[in-house]
Amino acid sequence: MNGASNDMTDSNDSIFEDTPWLDPDATPLLEIQGLSKTYSGRAAVDNVNLAIYRGELFTILGGSGSGKTTLLRMLGGFEPPNSGKILIDGVDMTAIPPYERPVNMMFQSYALFPHMTVEQNVAYGLKKENLATAEIKDRVAAILELVRMPDFASRKTDKLSGGERQRVALARALVKRPKLLLLDEPLAALDRKLREHTQFELMNLQDELGITFIVVTHDQDEAMTLSTRIAVMNEGRFEQIGTPGEVYEYPVNRFVANFVGTINLLETRVVDAADGRVSLSCDATAKELTAHCVQTPPVGSRQWLAVRPEKIFIDKEAPKSADRTVLKGTVLDLGYFGNLSIYRVQLPSGTVLQVSAQNRRRTAKRTLEWDDDVYISWDNASAVLLDE
Amino acid sequence: MSGSITKAGDKRLGWLRRSLLAPYVWLLVFFLAPFIIILKISFADPLVALPPFTALMDWSATGLQKIQVTFDNYLFLFEDSFYATIYLSSIKIAAVATVLCLLLGYPMAYFIARQRPGRRNLLLLAVILPFWISFLLRVYAWVGLLNNRGIINNALMALGIIDQPLPLIYNDFAVYIGIVYSYLPFMILPLYASLERMDLDLHDAAADLGAKRWQVFVDVTLPLSAPGILAGCLLVFIPAIGEFIIPALLGGSDTLMIGRILWDEFFVNRDWPVASAVAVVLLLILVLPMMWFQRLESRQASGSA
Repeated sequence: MNGASNDMTDSNDSIFEDTPWLDPDATPLLEIQGLSKTYSGRAAVDNVNLAIYRGELFTILGGSGSGKTTLLRMLGGFEPPNSGKILIDGVDMTAIPPYERPVNMMFQSYALFPHMTVEQNVAYGLKKENLATAEIKDRVAAILELVRMPDFASRKTDKLSGGERQRVALARALVKRPKLLLLDEPLAALDRKLREHTQFELMNLQDELGITFIVVTHDQDEAMTLSTRIAVMNEGRFEQIGTPGEVYEYPVNRFVANFVGTINLLETRVVDAADGRVSLSCDATAKELTAHCVQTPPVGSRQWLAVRPEKIFIDKEAPKSADRTVLKGTVLDLGYFGNLSIYRVQLPSGTVLQVSAQNRRRTAKRTLEWDDDVYISWDNASAVLLDE
Repeated sequence: MSGSITKAGDKRLGWLRRSLLAPYVWLLVFFLAPFIIILKISFADPLVALPPFTALMDWSATGLQKIQVTFDNYLFLFEDSFYATIYLSSIKIAAVATVLCLLLGYPMAYFIARQRPGRRNLLLLAVILPFWISFLLRVYAWVGLLNNRGIINNALMALGIIDQPLPLIYNDFAVYIGIVYSYLPFMILPLYASLERMDLDLHDAAADLGAKRWQVFVDVTLPLSAPGILAGCLLVFIPAIGEFIIPALLGGSDTLMIGRILWDEFFVNRDWPVASAVAVVLLLILVLPMMWFQRLESRQASGSA
């Protein structure tokens, strides 16, 4: 794949090399402006705006019916939007048919042509460009080498395994050297082991070729490991766009907090707020809680205190450190996962919080058992305050 | 307890196995046995008697006396170029009608397959609906439409578009109309079946890879519906080639189709042996290319595996 690396951005040595979305001077590769699509009165995609930069591996994460696939199909040109614009490199693509867009898609079903061999499948897109036979042959051979399928060239596609089909589909889309590669649930059809392996392969390929990827998935683990940025989509809108770390550690609302990873949510009311610290009354804990905040919420407002299970420390002894929230409870349930254990701890009020702990020491005997009285605690800085 | 269950299961399986034989029994009784009788008659001599042909085997009290087989009927078919002409003309008419059915049926099947499921069923019902009326009646209705004083000619004359009736009936044109009309559903249904289960992602994928709409059709839709095209063509071509009612009711005196010749040999000339030979040759004309085709296909399938 010579030439593909030339597609890298010109702002390579800027401080924004890995985070072009923060660079005020960067021009996005893909710009979506006010894009909407309604199906029989229901908005599948609702006034979406988005800018994606060259070299990104951007993930659109959402459940079924969130509109993520509709959005992807509009980018591919298979569905016309009701309103809004799609710009690629500044050129309006909204009315351009799929066969003229510098975009290729890898379908969830892979959509390999069953009446063609692997080689014919991969060569199909190049034949439609009316390239010379010799060049087609070279490019097909090179891309099959890249996805490690050179020995499969003359196979019929229905004789391939799931992982092999996935790689052929990827090769067929990549061989066109698109500016933008759309991947619809690229790993959903693979089994778990293969999925983890393929995930890293996909990242390496993307890095090597410098092609911008947009991945649509419902799988948050996939989104976390793959992406430069994630857009969490719900009911046709983006709830949050950010790096995996931002989305996980600083969710902007309860939907994102719940959708990405597991989180404990405590309903509270603001008692007092000053200097980036908030005092909260909470029925579930029967005591006042303290949290850090960036924007000071109005006193008396309803807020949710969100704490990830792995941010909570569990022990039989009460920890003695400042600026920690400490609660007493009993172990209601525990699950052993080998590398970590998950505890469900019930507070006196009846509220159950989930706690996860690394099993750091090798011991066949559990240190904590069912019905044990325990102290759970978290650093006040690691809890997030969320409004509605 | 478990033993009784397996026993019942065995019994049901046995029943199932026996019911799987049903199509073979059907073929044996209603196809193979009549065919053997026809084959037997085709090797006999005509006779003015009842039945109107000689027996192949002469039995007496002491056993089989002699076997008398004649190939005269087949020789007669080959010697008289009249029959060859009729076979060729039948093949031509059936082939043209099949192509017309395909050209008409493909867009219809494609259209139906792309509708919402509810509407799809309604349209399919409309395709099958003519079968609820007798075939003979439906063909006869065309006489009323195409006649010199039929509905079409009357309407055109009343509108002043023509002042002489168009020659719409008793010619090959009317036979084509009859065959295409009667056999179109047999083309549409297998085409629909192959188009309906086609993965639409394949169309999107082809478009995504740079194929224009007509290229998507030529490169993806058409080859993937090939089994439907083949099935539909066979379902139209085979019955059309031996069609009797349509040429008899709508065809002219110069419309030569083997079905009518068969009728004439049986009922007008009462030459059952020649009529049987005509039928056997017709069957061979149909079966031999199909056997060859099937062998070619299976060889191709095993080659690609």
